[in-house]
This record gives sequence, structure tokens and C-alpha cells, in this order.
Amino acid sequence: MGVTRIVLLALTVSTLTALGASRVACADDSEAQMRAHAAQDEAERVARWQQLQQAVFGKRALADGAGVIQIEAPEHALDAALVPITLTMKSATPIKGLYLVIDNNPSPVAGHFTFGPRSDPRTLKLRVRVNQYTFIHAVAETADGKLFVARQFVKTSGGCSAPVGADNADALKDIGLMKLHLLGPFSAGKPLQAQLMIRHPNFNGMQMDQITRLFTPPRFIRTIDASYDGAPIFHLDSDISLSTDPVITFGFVPEKKGSMQLVVRDSDNAAFNHSFAVPAG
Amino acid sequence: MHALLSRRQTLLMGLAAGCLPAWACAAPRPPDPWATDEIAPGIHIRRGLDEDVTASNDDAIANIGFIIGREAVAVTDSGGSLNDGRRLRASIRQVTPLPIRYVLMSHVHPDHVFGAGAFRADQPVYVGHAGLPRALSLRWDYYRARTEAILGKDTVGAAVTPTMLVHDRAQIDLGGRVIDLTAHGIAHTDSDLSAFDRETGTLIAADLLFVRRVPSLDGSLKGWLKELQLLKKIAAKRAVPGHGPTSVDWPSGCRDLERYLQTLLRDTRAAIAQGRDIDAAVKTVGLSERTHWVLFDDYNGHNVIQAFKEVEWE
Repeated sequence: MGVTRIVLLALTVSTLTALGASRVACADDSEAQMRAHAAQDEAERVARWQQLQQAVFGKRALADGAGVIQIEAPEHALDAALVPITLTMKSATPIKGLYLVIDNNPSPVAGHFTFGPRSDPRTLKLRVRVNQYTFIHAVAETADGKLFVARQFVKTSGGCSAPVGADNADALKDIGLMKLHLLGPFSAGKPLQAQLMIRHPNFNGMQMDQITRLFTPPRFIRTIDASYDGAPIFHLDSDISLSTDPVITFGFVPEKKGSMQLVVRDSDNAAFNHSFAVPAG
Repeated sequence: MHALLSRRQTLLMGLAAGCLPAWACAAPRPPDPWATDEIAPGIHIRRGLDEDVTASNDDAIANIGFIIGREAVAVTDSGGSLNDGRRLRASIRQVTPLPIRYVLMSHVHPDHVFGAGAFRADQPVYVGHAGLPRALSLRWDYYRARTEAILGKDTVGAAVTPTMLVHDRAQIDLGGRVIDLTAHGIAHTDSDLSAFDRETGTLIAADLLFVRRVPSLDGSLKGWLKELQLLKKIAAKRAVPGHGPTSVDWPSGCRDLERYLQTLLRDTRAAIAQGRDIDAAVKTVGLSERTHWVLFDDYNGHNVIQAFKEVEWE
């Protein structure tokens, strides 16, 4: 993953210069910007995806994901730094992994989920940063090694370089704090949706301080491991594209009353561990 | 090729100018002064447009203006571009020759601070919230790139940083006319500064007060409601909103804003209590306010996201 990231970064240096707008005091859809974005035509976007596909999946074939994987994102994101994504998966062959690729982000692979035995991967939600108009590709991998792809176009820009709201000291105050919400009643052996909230600034190293002319050093979540009574639910390799204070909604199957363990590791090698009783005590 | 052509054109124009009558050789036309309302004796406010920045509006979308004392002038926000600021300066010079000693920078947003560079030659004291230098340092280039992509190159210019910082309260004196300054806790943004003119009982609220134009939330919803309570206690006759009419009665003029913010808070809490996601909340929260505000659809959803992020951790 580390090697892939470097390659992809090299591919996308030019995108760093394209600063756009999030909706703070100005519109982000001015005519000038619309024209600029229209200049990157469909062919260019297709070529970019081919490049990325090659970098991430090599020569492996990607089948049309219709009926297997669906991605929902707002066509016009209201806040580039927080774009909610919903992934819906359905397959006779179990799904073992999911890649989320934001084509035009500086580091396009936003996340790679590996689902464990306690997982129910049918619905997955997360929040990401989007740096400019882009396709977002979701690729599901089934247990037999097949890949299925779905995509959605998102119009927004500036999410990666948009400054974090509060100042840095404040953003680090509660780092590692977690909350877990169970989104339905507990019933032994029945799939249940859970929402995990993590306090983490996920500094992506792209917010520049004009006084020091330095970028806020990157500090972002590298991995999240969720397990139930010791059995894996999912492992996530994540990246700078996750929003500040990430929120992830996922399904799991609690065989009996027990506890969910969460381990979050970030790029400073800090590890945050939490355990939550299921059902909530 | 383009560069060559334009250079030749410039050259031709220069040659031609040499033999034209003197009136044609005059310096570039001075900026058109903005029309302003004198909302109280010595306080002149230019009404901002209820629009977002476009190629044809100079980002003149905020209420900006000036206060004239007996010895000096204070600019109460400089505008959204250098040209917006230049035109404000021309308005000042229409009514007074007094030196422009202070330029207030009410908060970090571009429509309020990008005119600051138009006053450099006046060597004013640039006044801001103690948190403003940091906020500007993080955002100036980002906002500038966005704005110049729309208005054109060099319409914003290099960063202006405040030279007088207000940590809590401070005063400036325009010669027998004292203006009280208050640095607020995180509210509309994390760098909100308000001004109060004792002589006329006028509160220059900047973007702590939106009237008719939908508020934009870029700080803290609960913080804004808290600061609004404090502002309401100020015995002002009138207030100047950052957007909307140039003057409203005080405190009744903040009724709509307060209702909007409370609705946002209440609806967001309800959405979270019902287990609704942020993307679902965006479609429902605050909709009862829709008919009360200009540009509602352009900002409410973003406000809901800000509110949701804040409230979900309660």
C-alpha cells in the first residue's frame, strides 16, 4: 500500500495546484470554474481511471458492478471536506474487500476494507474529502478473487486543501476519542449496523500556514481494526482522504452478547484502543 | 504569440498616446465611488449584493463602510476585492479628506478582507481579532486562488495581516469619537470582531448578524447563539449587519438570525436522535426557514453539515 501511494502521488502532483472552493462565503460553482472543469473532458477522466486501475489492480479484470456494488454520493457535494459516501453490496459469493478510489485526489486510494468473519458488508458509509471534480470508484472483491466496479461523479472542490476549521492545538485535543452507536436492536446472530465516530483531525499535510510557509504536518489514520469478541469485523487501510473526525457505518453479526474492539493507528504511530459492550450496557 | 501581440498593441497605444490631447493621456480613470447610506451621523455603509462572487460583481457582496471622527476615519470592513476596496476609498474621499487611520477586518472571510490592500498607501492600523492572523495565514492563499479564478489575476493581491490585535476588548479613537471593539468567542467564524460607536449607539456587527441573506456557519453553532446573547445586551439603537440592509433596529434586528440558528440546532439534534445520517439530515434540517432567506438553497445544506459535525459529539 505504501509503495502504491507513492506512485499515485507522483501521478497527481499537477492536481495539487488546482485549488477550488468549498462553500464558505463564496459559491464554488461560478461560471469560470465550471468552464475550467469542463475542460477536463470525459476522455481525460477515462484515461486517468485506466492509469489508476493499472496502478492499484494491475492486469486484473474489473467487471461491471451492476447488481453487486452500488455507490451513492451527492452529485454536488455541499462541503468538499465532508462528502458522505454510501456503498451497498450484494453478492452470492461473499465479499471479502472493498476499495474506494477518489480519482482526482492527491492520494486517490481513500480506503481499502478487508472484511472478516463477523462482518456484514452489505451497507457501508463513510465521509471523505474531495479535492476537485472527480469520479469516485468503488471496487468490491469477492471471495473468488473477482473484482466489480461502480462509479459516481462528484462535483465539488477544495476538500483536501481546505483548512481545518479550528486551530491545530484544538483539533488534537480529544484525539482518539471514540463513540459507537448501534443502529438497531440487538438480536443474537442477527446482522446489526453500527456507527463508529473517531475524534481525529486527519491532517493531510496540505493545509499551509502562510506565516511559517509550512504545511501542517500530516497526521492521519492509517488503519482501523474492528473485531467482535476477538473475531475480525473489518480491517481498513485508510488515507488522507478520510474527513476530519471520521465516521464509519458498517454491519456486523454478533453471535451473542459481547464486546466490540476498535484499534485505530495513525501516521504518528499512535494507537487508540476502545472496547464497547454489545448491546450497549 | 498572444504575448507578442499584446506587447505590440501596448507599444502602439503608447505611441498613439504621445500625440493625443492631454485629456486622453490622463492616469487611469479613478475608481467609481460606491453609493453609501449614512445610517447614523458619520457612519456610511455600502449595501452588499445578495449574491455570491461573480466575474461581474467585484465580490462586493458584504456590507462595508466607514466611520468619520473629528480627526480620522475608520474603515469597517474593506470589501471583497481590491477594486471593492478602491471604490470604498473613493466614497470616503467624496465626503472627507481626513486620514484613514484604521481598517477593521471583522473576520477571515474574503468578502470582508480582500479590499484591505486598497488602503496600503494610507498606512492604516489594520485591526483584527487575536485569532485572525492564524486564520488568515491558513486561508488567504486558498481564498485568493478561488476568488482570482473568478475575478481575474491580481484582483486580491498579497495577504494583509492585522497590526493591532484585539484579545478581548479594545478601543480606537477617531478624535473624540471612541469605537469599542470586541473579540468574540467562536461563532460565525473563529475570528469575529464587532465594533460599537458610542456617539450614535451603533453596533457594527459584521457577519455576527445576517439579515435576509441566509447566514453561513463556519465556526460554531452553539458558540454563535452564545455570542448573540451577549450582543443582544448591548444598548445599541441600531446594528449594521454584515449582509442585508445597511441598518436594522437593535436587538429586534437579530430575531430572524436567532430563530434560524435555534431551528438549525433543534432540527439537527432531532435528526441525530432519530438516527438519521448526515446526508439525510441535509435534506430536512432547517427547511421551515426556507422562505425567510435569500440564497437559502446555496448555504443551508452546508450549514447543516457544520451543525451536524458539532452536535453529533454532544
